[in-house]
Amino acid sequence: MNLQILLENRVEAAAIILFGIGLTTLLLNRNLIKKIIGFSFMDSAIFLFLASEGYIAGHTAPIQDAAGSLSAASFINPIPAGLVLTGIVVSVSVTAVMLSLTVRLYQRFHTLNLDEIVQLAREANEEEEEAND
Amino acid sequence: MKNDLDRDLSLSLEESSPQASRLDAAHLHAHDTRIHRQDRAFSTRENQAHALSLGGYRALSVLVAVGVILVLLWGVMDLPAFGRDTNPVENEVAERYLAQGLQEGGATNLVANMILDYRAFDTLGESNVLFTAATAVLLLLRGLQTREADRSLAAAAPEAPADPILRAGARALCPVILLYGLYIILNGHLGPGGGFSGGAVMGAALILYREAYGSEKMGHLFSFRTYRAISFFALAFYALSKAYSFFTGANHLPSIISTGTPGAILSAGLILPLNIAVGFVVCCTMYGFFALFEKGEI
Repeated sequence: MNLQILLENRVEAAAIILFGIGLTTLLLNRNLIKKIIGFSFMDSAIFLFLASEGYIAGHTAPIQDAAGSLSAASFINPIPAGLVLTGIVVSVSVTAVMLSLTVRLYQRFHTLNLDEIVQLAREANEEEEEAND
Repeated sequence: MKNDLDRDLSLSLEESSPQASRLDAAHLHAHDTRIHRQDRAFSTRENQAHALSLGGYRALSVLVAVGVILVLLWGVMDLPAFGRDTNPVENEVAERYLAQGLQEGGATNLVANMILDYRAFDTLGESNVLFTAATAVLLLLRGLQTREADRSLAAAAPEAPADPILRAGARALCPVILLYGLYIILNGHLGPGGGFSGGAVMGAALILYREAYGSEKMGHLFSFRTYRAISFFALAFYALSKAYSFFTGANHLPSIISTGTPGAILSAGLILPLNIAVGFVVCCTMYGFFALFEKGEI
């Protein structure tokens, strides 16, 4: 491993580690709310990664003055900013939908533990099949 | 069985005699035993084997996560150095947006130019994602309390009046926050800001007002009808105002609306109205999410 490059790209490296933390949270926790938190971690990591790709050292935010006198070479890249904006909106929407599904699951099964929900749903299914037979 | 319990609960809330409170206690006890029964169900031998495989699962998932981190870090080492202007990502697309944006779009905020003029369809889709998510949450959560038995609970315990400090603070802050959100939206083509951030700020003001004065009073200002009307008109306006580029061969750069003087409030063609439309959609959606999660009703 070339640590020199890793140190230079430390923002991207931090984004990757944040992504890994989110993935671990998603995999390890049985609690649905904590899984959603892990998912949001992964979203944020990707935004950090994209935003860091657009950065150019010493350049400013892409806001031109009214006369248009600032040179195009003095701005950072605006495309990752636009992509991150889209990403944030989508991540807010997805989080809201996930949370509302969790609310419905909690009201049905009175637990947030995914294992218990799966087991209770299976039991309910079996009872239903028995009733049908 | 659950329905019986809930009826007991609502009975005990309607009456306040000691007998009723005994009923309440009996209900709580029944609830406790139900939980214990569930706990026992999860400690049979079959489930011990399950617990063992759970340990294996945990070890495996940590291994997978660490593996993913290492592989991705390996990828990071092959990335070009951070913050150089010679990186391949700084290509002619970004250069064009930066160099020609002010002449072609007319907004001094070059990012606003990009997302609301060059790539306006992208932003229309984005607003629709937000609207679709709000609709999905509405379908899942609206009127939930009418189906659930805890509606009687809500009826028995009316909304507690909010803290006087919160009410006084909200009275002072709400107009200022709303005004600030409006400023961010209207300033979106001149400086940092725009429909998404300004709409989120305005939504926060509405949420604060609702928390301080209750959903009943909020209903006079912002009801479900308001939500429907604003979302529909804002999205329809956005879609129609961008549809004309279909008739100009999908090349909407030579616009019929002049770009005006750069830096003036009424400049940059359609960017200002589109920012306002997006801002209203975001504001409604943010407030709608909060209201639905709090009460199942906008």
